[in-house]
Amino acid sequence: MEHQSTEIESGHKITRQIAGFVDHLRLNDYRIGPKETRDIAGLLVASPLAPLKQARTQMKILLSGGRDQWMRFDELFDAYWVPRGRERQSVKPHSSHKDSSLALNQGIWKNHLASDQPTDNKTETELDDGVDGDQSEGADSKLIATEHPSKSKTDFRKYLDPQEIAHAEQLAYQLAKAMRNRLSRRFRRDLHGSRLDFRKTIRANQCHGGDPITLVKKSRPDRPVRIVILLDVSGSMKLYSRFFMQFVKGLVCQWIDTDAYVFHTKLLRVTDVVREKNAVKAMTKLSLLSEGFGGGTKLGESLDQFNTIYAKRTLNSRSIVFIVSDGYDTGSAEKLAHELKRLKRRAARLVWLNPMIGWRDFEPITKAMSAALPHIDHFASANSLASLAAIEPELARL
Amino acid sequence: MEQAYDIGKRLRDVNYVPDETLAMALQLSLDLKRPLLLEGEAGVGKTEIARALAAVLGTNLIRLQCYEGLDANHAIYEWNYQRQLLAIKASEHERKPADILEEQIFSETYLLKRPLLEAISQTTPPVLLIDEIDRSDEEFEAYLLEILSDFQITIPELGTITASAVPHVILTSNGTRELSDALRRRCLYTYVDFPTLDRELEIVLTRLPDLEADLAAQIVRFVQALRKEDLEKIPGIAETLDWAAALTGLKLGCVDGDLDSIKASLICLLKTESDQKSITTEVVSRLAGQAA
Repeated sequence: MEHQSTEIESGHKITRQIAGFVDHLRLNDYRIGPKETRDIAGLLVASPLAPLKQARTQMKILLSGGRDQWMRFDELFDAYWVPRGRERQSVKPHSSHKDSSLALNQGIWKNHLASDQPTDNKTETELDDGVDGDQSEGADSKLIATEHPSKSKTDFRKYLDPQEIAHAEQLAYQLAKAMRNRLSRRFRRDLHGSRLDFRKTIRANQCHGGDPITLVKKSRPDRPVRIVILLDVSGSMKLYSRFFMQFVKGLVCQWIDTDAYVFHTKLLRVTDVVREKNAVKAMTKLSLLSEGFGGGTKLGESLDQFNTIYAKRTLNSRSIVFIVSDGYDTGSAEKLAHELKRLKRRAARLVWLNPMIGWRDFEPITKAMSAALPHIDHFASANSLASLAAIEPELARL
Repeated sequence: MEQAYDIGKRLRDVNYVPDETLAMALQLSLDLKRPLLLEGEAGVGKTEIARALAAVLGTNLIRLQCYEGLDANHAIYEWNYQRQLLAIKASEHERKPADILEEQIFSETYLLKRPLLEAISQTTPPVLLIDEIDRSDEEFEAYLLEILSDFQITIPELGTITASAVPHVILTSNGTRELSDALRRRCLYTYVDFPTLDRELEIVLTRLPDLEADLAAQIVRFVQALRKEDLEKIPGIAETLDWAAALTGLKLGCVDGDLDSIKASLICLLKTESDQKSITTEVVSRLAGQAA
């Protein structure tokens, strides 16, 4: 299964390779059915000597289904088809999908993640120390914002404590529920509505010569608020990330319109990962995404990324944006203020949850925090489950 | 590759300058007979592609503009009730039996064909443009799925109408709403980005052949630099063309000459109040300096 040449070979071997490639894409959240697999196999067999670039563009058009996938495709394609001195672990597409997915994850992603992983053990022990202690005690010397993203992979599976999960998720669920329901002012056609829609009834009964036989009803639809949460997972937030990841998981449940992102020096969309029902699978995916977790923070840059790429699609006039961060930032404060202003223009409400507020004598004095304050609608503490529960009535009013 | 090159060349003949990926996407969608979903910012020429494709293939362009609340009545077909009522009234004195009358008023004469039905009942395959699909409701999107996969429409009174010629479907989306996976899966996908400098220059020169090459290059460089500024609404290709036409009308030979006139003419490019405020005369002179 080595690919020495940059041209795709023909013959029966190709079908196995294509199946492997499709598997590789599916693991990366591409929704691809057997029809697409057949299509690309047909394309490649039809023009076996096509240049690699052409094959790549064709597959990109056929297989990607959205902007994210479109942008990532070239990287994934190269990782699979073009060996760059790194050895790709062999893929057995014939094994059943269920057991292959977990086993293959690590191998396939090796090409994307930094290959130096000696820091792995160190990080884990360090984290365990912090996690065992009380939150306010364990955090004394760790609040240093660093400039460079850390290369280590943080393994979220270490953090799972069933009771805490259940509690944090439940709390998030309650919060979301408190904020969820807003009735629209306008009426919409509704089969079981409470009022008659005269205009539509007249229109619908034209075919009966104007006699009102079919009645059209209307009601005020629910306008659920959309919740967007941006979670800081940088080094200074390390002690809280575990807890907040669970909180996010609770928010992103099936029936509430939520979108979740994590950021450190860059921003990543994690909604789909968090929504994964299989907890082990989700955690594996998350730790694969987590290159750079526990590194420095660039609030301004991350928000810029959010504003430019995602904001237009994800925010509407009913959106509440949560930013969960301690405000220890290595970027410039002006940039942060500017980006918050941009964000505020698109979102209905901006809520900043800061785990540090719970500390006694805390004043929002970091440069970033004081620059951000004028743009924030609600600024609340979030260092324990109790403090989160306390903001529920506040949020219900927003 | 020849084929992809071929359609690229034919598009150029009808004054549309595609990039290589887009030409290949069109070729693939013609070869595989699958709808093509184009996503991208407003003003990158998504709608124009359909027009150009119709011109290349020498067929009709049928356009369905989506909006919130668009329903099957407006997109597929509707009975012409007024006409049916008139027909009934008019034939009252003839004392026709009810079943004959019924047959008469539920015939194709009394059917108002909306774009989707129109598209599948043509003799030569037309280009069907479903514009801004992200504006329509999810229910309509689901309805569209059936038509896009089978190309047939069921009218209870008339029966199932199967496509006499399968249209070339192009869907566009501005990305204001996530489309369903089911719809995405049925389509080929292409993300259309703002054009590169070379391509935009080619577009300007193709569309405005009278423009001096030197001024055109300056205009394109200016607009490309302007897109990198922090704007609410980034100017698209149509705006560049408008501005180029405006500068020709003002008889300005270069973009760094009369700054006040240039600033005034920027209304062609900047479409919101805050954008106009953020691009001050200083910014204009900096950008013009870069472009010249």
